[in-house]
Amino acid sequence: MARLLSLTLNGRARTDAVSDNVLLLDYLREIVGLTGTKTGCDGGECGACTVLVDDRPLLSCLTLAARAEGRRVDTIESLAVDGRLSAVQRGFHEKLGSQCGYCTPGFIMASAGLLRRNPRPSEDEIREALGSNICRCTGYVKIIEAVQHAAKLCADGLSP
Amino acid sequence: MDALPPFDVVRPRSLDEVIVARAAHGESRLLGGGTDLVVNIRRGIVAPPVLIDINGVPELRTIKADASAIEIGAAVTLAEVAAHPGVARHYLVVAEAAGHIAGPTHRNMGTVGGNLCLDTRCIYYNQSEWWRAANRHCLKTTGTVCHVAPKSRSVCFATFSGDLAPALLVFDAEIDIAGPAGRRTLPLADLYIGYARQDEPVTQTRGDGKYFLALRPGEFVTAVRAKNTPGLRSAYDKIRIRRSIEYPVTGVAVALRRDGDTLADLRVAFTGTNPRPVRLSGTAALCGGPLDARVLAGLDALVRDQIMAMKTTFTPGHYRRRVAGVLARRLVQRLFEVAY
Repeated sequence: MARLLSLTLNGRARTDAVSDNVLLLDYLREIVGLTGTKTGCDGGECGACTVLVDDRPLLSCLTLAARAEGRRVDTIESLAVDGRLSAVQRGFHEKLGSQCGYCTPGFIMASAGLLRRNPRPSEDEIREALGSNICRCTGYVKIIEAVQHAAKLCADGLSP
Repeated sequence: MDALPPFDVVRPRSLDEVIVARAAHGESRLLGGGTDLVVNIRRGIVAPPVLIDINGVPELRTIKADASAIEIGAAVTLAEVAAHPGVARHYLVVAEAAGHIAGPTHRNMGTVGGNLCLDTRCIYYNQSEWWRAANRHCLKTTGTVCHVAPKSRSVCFATFSGDLAPALLVFDAEIDIAGPAGRRTLPLADLYIGYARQDEPVTQTRGDGKYFLALRPGEFVTAVRAKNTPGLRSAYDKIRIRRSIEYPVTGVAVALRRDGDTLADLRVAFTGTNPRPVRLSGTAALCGGPLDARVLAGLDALVRDQIMAMKTTFTPGHYRRRVAGVLARRLVQRLFEVAY
């Protein structure tokens, strides 16, 4: 059954007719056309599809779109403002936290979720917060440096 | 673009509405975080025509924990349990178990009810439709043979791997159940009937990896609760091949009480080994003296007798059984020695 789904997506209210069996991931990519959120393992094992729902990281490949009713959903597309990268995006760019790039939107959203609730995380807290994401290129060291750099940029006034 | 087969979602706003919806849709499933259920739907393992989303039911979203008792609703998330100050202060083993489940994003989604009723797992079961079809399916789905133990007579050995169950079993927790015939309360230990004995037929009270919960048709868990035991120290530990996301090789919950140099109470429970979480029986005989070699050898013997890990994961069963013994021994020693 299709029904109307109303939510705040990347800061803008919108309403779409969505079937009950549509995943949040497919809603974002196929209905809205925001393809920054990636389909990875399709089974909750890799974190490439991570988005923020009310500032908490969720796996959009395991979340029904209908569960976003009335909530605030933020995807990777929400971070840059007028072409200026967010702190986490700059961190990943400047510290080479991204190689092939496929897992990057998921890592960036999980990191943004961390910095929104904990602007000065320790290395252990960063490792813990990124525990639901898998990267096959970097070996994670550069990703952790990227988040540490982003936390410094946040301290200088950039938003995560 | 449909990744999932068609189904309808109903969104009850009260526990009574959940009961009515569950009774009206015999083949329905309850939807909490979806971290297990949605994966199984996608893999064609289950195909419920109706999902009942319980996340908007206030009665299932309460969590209380103080020095005397703990009570957690089925729709409370694992992240909420792990972060709850009362749980961490008085029921450390429960907070640690919740905080060890999958990864942080999964814990924002997964719920207590889902973890307590987590489907059992097996390398022959948690596979895509075509993989299972190429292997002629297995006993837990539509097949006729358990590939783990092909000579077993219709006994499934899929493994229970929820982390909250052992942590709550050491407090003798009870669960509240609702269903078409009303409400009832059950010791948590009696929820799990996955005995999987090769020498016994599977019955309604003694099941296996396939029939592993004592829930009647239409019934579901609404809450879990337990009373505290003064002086109990508790902790949870688990070993995984990868320290995040991955399912356990073995998880163990230990609670003990130390009076002077005497081990006065010892409770040990495991997950990731049998088709049910196992609260070790016979630990009372190990108490009453110091924590010496006799106690540790006795603990090892109990693990050897009661932990039956089969080849249901990529790590061999005999290895998981040895890990279970070592993990339990280390945790018992650590809890006994720690200043309290």
